[in-house]
Amino acid sequence: MATTPNAATPADLAWSPRALLRRMRGADEIAHLITLIAAATLLLITILLVYQLWVLSAEARTKFGWSFFVTKTWDPVAGQFGALPFIYGTLVTSAVALLLAVPLGVGGAIFLAELAPPNLSSSLTFVSDLLAAVPSVIYGLLGVFLLVPIMRTTIQPALKKTLGFLPLFQGPAYGIGFLTAGIVLAIMIVPFVLSVSREVLLAVARDQREAALALGATKWESTWKVVVPAARIGIFGSVFLALARALGETMAVTMVIGNNPKIAASLFSPGYSIAAVLANEFSEATGNLYLSALIELGLVLFLLTFVLNGLARLLIVVTTARGSGALPT
Amino acid sequence: MSARLIWRKTLNVTMLSLTGLCALLTVSALFFILGYLIWNGGKDLSWNFFTRLPAPVGEAGGGMANAIVGSLKLLLLAALFGVPIGLLGGVYLAEFGGRTLPFLVRYTADLLNGVPSIVIGIFAYALVVMPMHHFSTLAGGFALGIMVIPTVLRNTESFLRDVPSALREGSFALGANKWKMVATVVLPAASRGILTGALLALARVAGETAPLLFTAFGNRYWSPGWMQPTSSLPVIIYTYATGPYEDWHRQAWAAGLVLLGLVLVTNILVRTFLSRGTSFERS
Repeated sequence: MATTPNAATPADLAWSPRALLRRMRGADEIAHLITLIAAATLLLITILLVYQLWVLSAEARTKFGWSFFVTKTWDPVAGQFGALPFIYGTLVTSAVALLLAVPLGVGGAIFLAELAPPNLSSSLTFVSDLLAAVPSVIYGLLGVFLLVPIMRTTIQPALKKTLGFLPLFQGPAYGIGFLTAGIVLAIMIVPFVLSVSREVLLAVARDQREAALALGATKWESTWKVVVPAARIGIFGSVFLALARALGETMAVTMVIGNNPKIAASLFSPGYSIAAVLANEFSEATGNLYLSALIELGLVLFLLTFVLNGLARLLIVVTTARGSGALPT
Repeated sequence: MSARLIWRKTLNVTMLSLTGLCALLTVSALFFILGYLIWNGGKDLSWNFFTRLPAPVGEAGGGMANAIVGSLKLLLLAALFGVPIGLLGGVYLAEFGGRTLPFLVRYTADLLNGVPSIVIGIFAYALVVMPMHHFSTLAGGFALGIMVIPTVLRNTESFLRDVPSALREGSFALGANKWKMVATVVLPAASRGILTGALLALARVAGETAPLLFTAFGNRYWSPGWMQPTSSLPVIIYTYATGPYEDWHRQAWAAGLVLLGLVLVTNILVRTFLSRGTSFERS
């Protein structure tokens, strides 16, 4: 080859058909172009996704406006669509899930990062990654046939007996409902909290621990008062990440939440979530308004997870300075 | 020892044991799930399960051959659609990218990775099912393929970046141009890692139910070609588990065991064997 393909000569940069042809003759430019197209396809898909959700929900957006988010009625027959019960159900189940999963996940992460010998730590992390790979519908299956009966016969009556004075734990024990869905979600998101928190904790400099221990702190004190605070932003990141997962989780929730668009203070009450109503009603939606209302729910879900994921990644990047490539798949 | 010191030491031991308990509880969930599925689904696994069509409602017996084949077809489509785009996009980010666009692509990939799968289903519905006016294998494969792209892309990029720059410089020094360097030196060097990432991404979408509900839909019979609705393992588990028949429930357990087995075996094999010798260290 006469010219080095990597250095652009002035003639290459000149905009003439002949120069363009010469540039394209170099296989490098073709390879560049092909890979560029692949990368741009990803951008295109995402833009198209947002565009489709926006355009297809237009009918519901113009008809209901902001009242969509505060209306309680969901009556496809009468053409009345309000998203409040679904938003409520999504938020309540996710909150229950976080309350259970965050202590468990962060506690486990502390053990794996601070106490466990490296071998044990990496094999336990391996198992936790496998747990994250268990399909959602399997959790649903176990939820329906194992957890729901246990909730109905044991846990819910026990909660009613001990904490029944709270409005949260009142009403008939059906087994299904917000609490059950929250528990299933919690089990599903623990691996995410665990593995991301572990990484964030491991990223805290060793000197910090040693300094605390040298000052006479116990292992727990050095962990809780020095390491965890140093990693707290990243831990918040892992929590947001888990929350985003919980909000969008579909199958397991659909199978145990009860699928009843109702707003109740009691966690024993059956409810509904955004993802669950999409799973149940989308393929049967008749009429454009119905479909467009469902798609608007999809848009809401998309925006919620969009914001949370962005925030989570920012927080994790800030603490580990390693970027999001280290997230569990 | 002063009371204060005793208190501090007790707290130390208690809290540290509690963190151990948290880790133990989390990890034992996997063994519990696996054990419970084997217990419930193992006895209904038979040759028929893998070779027969579902029996008519109310009749005992039958299998899920069509769902297993359907799942494989969907995965094949997802791989054909998602892996090349992810792979080439990853090559772009690691080898050709400038400054602004790679940042944007990376950010978008992470964003797309976090989009709930049911929303991806809506997208595939709008893009494929609505113009075609019916559910199809193609639409399901498209939905799963979209979910594969971001993972493959990010993985490919990070493995390519781990290839030592001495290899690149060496091939330049031998007179290779850039695409030759990428295709014959860098990609082979990172191939194990890239394959690992792609297989893990496929194992993940193999269990996805939500995006298939209104794209691939379901089918009680064989689905000929690519344009008809098809059954798939995750969807049939959902349908059978929420259905009213005792026999369906037993089949759902068996199908759950098969699905979980497939996903876990792929994960374990890929993570232990393929990732050996690559820098597939996630910690």
